Amino acid sequence: MAHLVSPLVSIENVDMRYGGANGTLAVSGLSMKVGKGEFAAVVGPSGCGKSTLMKLVTGLHIPQGGGVIVAGKQVTEPVSIVGMAFQNPTMLPWRTTLDNILLPLEIVERHRHRLRKHKAEYVEKAERLLETVGLKGFGSKFPWQLSGGMQQRANLCRALIHEPELLMLDEPFGALDAFTREELWCVIRDLHAAQGVTIVLVTHDLREATFLADRIFVMSARPGRVLKEHVVPFARPRELDLMYEKGFNDMVHELHGEIAQARVAA
Amino acid sequence: MSIAAENAAATPAKPLARINWVALAPWLYTIGLFVLWELLVIALEMPPTILPAPSRVFQAILQYWSPIWKNSLQTLYTTTLGFAIAVVAGLGIGLFIGWSKTIYAGLYPLMIGFNAIPKVALVPILVIWFGIGTIPAVLTAFLISFFPIVVNVATGLATIEPETEDVLRALGARKMDIMLKVGIPRSMPYFFGSLKIAITLAFVGSVVSETVASNYGLGNMMSSAQSQFNVPLVFAGLLMLAVEGIAMYALMAWIEKRMTGWAHRSTMAQ
Ligand SMILES: Nc1ncnc2c1ncn2[C@@H]1O[C@H](COP(=O)(O)OP(=O)(O)OP(=O)(O)O)[C@@H](O)[C@H]1O
Ligand SMILES: [Mg+2]
Repeated sequence: MAHLVSPLVSIENVDMRYGGANGTLAVSGLSMKVGKGEFAAVVGPSGCGKSTLMKLVTGLHIPQGGGVIVAGKQVTEPVSIVGMAFQNPTMLPWRTTLDNILLPLEIVERHRHRLRKHKAEYVEKAERLLETVGLKGFGSKFPWQLSGGMQQRANLCRALIHEPELLMLDEPFGALDAFTREELWCVIRDLHAAQGVTIVLVTHDLREATFLADRIFVMSARPGRVLKEHVVPFARPRELDLMYEKGFNDMVHELHGEIAQARVAA
Repeated sequence: MSIAAENAAATPAKPLARINWVALAPWLYTIGLFVLWELLVIALEMPPTILPAPSRVFQAILQYWSPIWKNSLQTLYTTTLGFAIAVVAGLGIGLFIGWSKTIYAGLYPLMIGFNAIPKVALVPILVIWFGIGTIPAVLTAFLISFFPIVVNVATGLATIEPETEDVLRALGARKMDIMLKVGIPRSMPYFFGSLKIAITLAFVGSVVSETVASNYGLGNMMSSAQSQFNVPLVFAGLLMLAVEGIAMYALMAWIEKRMTGWAHRSTMAQ
């Protein structure tokens, strides 16, 4: 495949141990590649090192063995071309939703010096993002005035405001009800289609992975490594109805079987 | 904050005819206490040299109003000055300690040890250094009240959620960015909360120091009244202290509410 010639993210035989020489070996011999513009999903048993993988790619952790290359550069410090969103929305309660979304711009080198002069332009951009996720007019509300699902939408806006090339999502929809989750799947799907951003999504929800991703990585139990890589064959744009088709359910079933086996093997 | 204003405006909208017992309760209980006290003194025929009745205490307040007023102001002055220094130093040291895990780990036991020393025991040393009077009172108020501020500010900084920190660090945030954008705003509720504790402690410090090492202040006034067996005046001094303490506490509580309304709101929402 063409994108494998110049992947945006390339993890090569990575070992990562927490807490010194005798600490927990979280991932071992982990290798994966994500092409530019691709939507990748990572699934695997709980505690297998998925969040660790996220932190390795963003440069929050530096591996003891192997290498992580993002956008052609070896990762040795946090990479600023990424946006991150976690299961816990981590909105700052003393800032309005809009100011929360603008927060990355106060940090990222490229924007922080421009922010004051071009405030109006950035605010407009934030409001456009809010509209995209269905939060139009909620910018002036404080996060604690929003429901969990709304906070998670705002969280997505914050991850996107500085136009990252790479979006890392760690179970961002885990705490939401089924309907809100499906709605946000569509939001993410459309963002991916419209902006050409590369997305890595960690999830426990196999239907979510199958519905959204181009490619699914199945990880082994801890110490995590990639057991299997699936290319998701369904054509885009995908509609929610896809989930009631047989091919879709077969794929979910297969993934389920693989993870169940990985758990037993541990 | 507009939310706070909205809230305050909403309260009197209730029907006026209904008595708001909750708002009245503090006054009723205070009056009740004085009445009980008065009755107890009458019933037990207490001589005023042991337990003066409140009526006798109020009488003493009127009788000695000029010295009471002067000494109250002096105590208020030493207390607030010591407290103000404690706020500045406590905030500074708290931020310094909370800055890094190493500093936190290294200085925390020292702080605990320092806090375990009864500050009264330091008054003689302060007197040797600065002589008797205002300075040891201010310094004792400072020493006794700055610890809770330090601990609270440092705790606020040290308990930043790792996920919040990760989100910012992944964007290339430096330590300074994280402190300014998250650490300091986050520790503000802890800081303002600690002011209420600190101000009451500051009164303890200044009065203790005035009692043993000063010619001014309510502490000194009470100890000289006591040596003249003027017990009503001693109680008048205590009453003034209580009034000052309540007033300053209320002020701190009000400031806390004004500055960190979001903290009350956000925990309520959860
Ligand atoms: N900061 C840390 N210090 C020490 N060990 C850690 C740390 N973070 C994670 N681990 C360990 O590394 C392993 C992988 O953790 P990780 O959070 O990556 O798992 P995960 O796949 O994201 O799990 P889940 O699906 O439950 O979120 C776990 O066994 C965990 O105990
Ligand atoms: Mg995880």
